[in-house]
Amino acid sequence: MEQFLQQIASGLANGAIYACVALALVMIYVSTDHINFAQGEMAMFSTYLSWQLMTWGASYWVAFAAAVVLSFILGVIIERAILRPLHNAPVLSVVVVFIGLLAICNSMAGAIWSYLIKEFPSPFPKSSFGIAGVIGPHQLGVVLVTLIVLGLLFAFFRYTPLGLAMRAAAQNPSMARLVGVRVDWMLALGWGLAAAVGAVAGVMVAHIVYLDPNMMGGILLYAFAGALVGGIGNPGGAVLGGFIVGVLENMVAFAGNQIEKTTGIYIIGNGEKLTVALIIVITVLTVRPAGLFGRVVVKRV
Amino acid sequence: MAALLEVKGLKAFYGQTQALHDVSFEISDGGITTLLGANGAGKTTTLRAICNMVRTEGEVRFDGKDIVGRATEEIVRLRIAHVPEGRGTFTTLTVDENLRIAAYTRRDKQGVKDELERVFTYFPRLKERIQQQAGTLSGGEQQMLAIARALMLKPRLMLLDEPSFGLAPLIVQEIFRILRRINQEEGVSILLVEQNAALALDLADYAYVLETGGVVMADRAEVVKNDEGIRKSYLGY
Ligand SMILES: Nc1ncnc2c1ncn2[C@@H]1O[C@H](COP(=O)(O)OP(=O)(O)OP(=O)(O)O)[C@@H](O)[C@H]1O
Ligand SMILES: [Mg+2]
Repeated sequence: MEQFLQQIASGLANGAIYACVALALVMIYVSTDHINFAQGEMAMFSTYLSWQLMTWGASYWVAFAAAVVLSFILGVIIERAILRPLHNAPVLSVVVVFIGLLAICNSMAGAIWSYLIKEFPSPFPKSSFGIAGVIGPHQLGVVLVTLIVLGLLFAFFRYTPLGLAMRAAAQNPSMARLVGVRVDWMLALGWGLAAAVGAVAGVMVAHIVYLDPNMMGGILLYAFAGALVGGIGNPGGAVLGGFIVGVLENMVAFAGNQIEKTTGIYIIGNGEKLTVALIIVITVLTVRPAGLFGRVVVKRV
Repeated sequence: MAALLEVKGLKAFYGQTQALHDVSFEISDGGITTLLGANGAGKTTTLRAICNMVRTEGEVRFDGKDIVGRATEEIVRLRIAHVPEGRGTFTTLTVDENLRIAAYTRRDKQGVKDELERVFTYFPRLKERIQQQAGTLSGGEQQMLAIARALMLKPRLMLLDEPSFGLAPLIVQEIFRILRRINQEEGVSILLVEQNAALALDLADYAYVLETGGVVMADRAEVVKNDEGIRKSYLGY
């Protein structure tokens, strides 16, 4: 039983990371119809920035905040400088640019900080944090921090005029222009926010997966799976989808281990987690192409 | 009266095809001008060209300033409100959000609130549906919402593209009464594009008729309305 709860808890912690990256993917997808394949590598780069600041003496939280802000600025710059000129380019050219961006982030991080795996600290106190035997201090911290970040983002989009303008620009750009919204800047802002959320995910997960230029590869896949399960056009759905995938992958491995323990037959274990998660994603998409929480657009009949 | 908008030798292009060849007209400050013409004559394109939503050549002067080539959102910020063809509302946003989006750059919360109340005096129906998703409103209500949102921009000039399209006569009458009030009480100048010539001529002071991308007739609305010869040859009724 305790083991079961532990698996759920660590699934939630992983899920929180996937949820952040999934949200970053969706934020760009809803306004441009593109999947930013470089989202994970951008987050990895942000994580190195925070690591660099810490080695220069900044405290964890200062480095965290600075990395988030820097990532926001870098995201805006990338959109303005690289994606802007491609606004009317065919889909494939954009995909190529994303892959190029991914490669550049990866090799730049490798060149600056080397490919050696580095340890990354956790800011959460070992004692008096977490619930003994159920959830570790870092896992609980990750869940809390990401929930706060997601909550802030939700409030921003839901209750501020700027958030409203971004939603309007995503839904109908030409109409948004007709009410005076500077749509191009809204896109850049979306990139900035996506990069910032990605940075949160990267810095939070680095203590678990360690810091190296390839740390986000698998995470991007899970996040993409989460976004698809939840509904790629629906930010709230993508966040839930991220959590679902996180818990699901652990449940699959847990069930496999239990079966092996009781019957001695090995069916499934940690190694097959990703495969099974992806099979489940494909199943969901076959049954519900818009994802579990895909928005059903209300139309008058 | 001085001209608020002057259009001279306007050309507009969709890719390689030229939709407007040489359109010239004026809109008087405080007046209601209507742009009539058959399907495909170029009425919608003319409104789009004013807001730089299509590739445009020629001269468009608003309040004396040349605005050709400026970004659409900057033209809107000069207080030209465009209510596009087919009731452009944000269907997944609520009525409230649809209206507030037009005031998103304004920091004075009370001012925006007052503005909303003022707009609701013209459209009390919208106030009752303030939290409803725009996509679930009736056609007439959506058209009202589109006009109300334009009004939230505090426009000096309102461009309306077939506000009567697909609506029942009673609703159309209501909307046209509101347009007259907006023109008189708010001092908003109006450029009205319509298929329904009789209706538009009742509301407008001045009329232009477009044919295949050029102006073929211009006169006071009253004259056009009462001259059967003009109506028969240009408007087909
Ligand atoms: N998006 C577009 N791409 C290419 N050609 C277009 C486009 N929109 C309009 N046109 C062409 O431009 C010309 C003028 O069209 P426009 O929509 O301005 O006419 P209209 O007077 O508004 O007609 P209606 O009364 O049917 O709305 C037409 O020949 C039309 O085919
Ligand atoms: Mg038209």
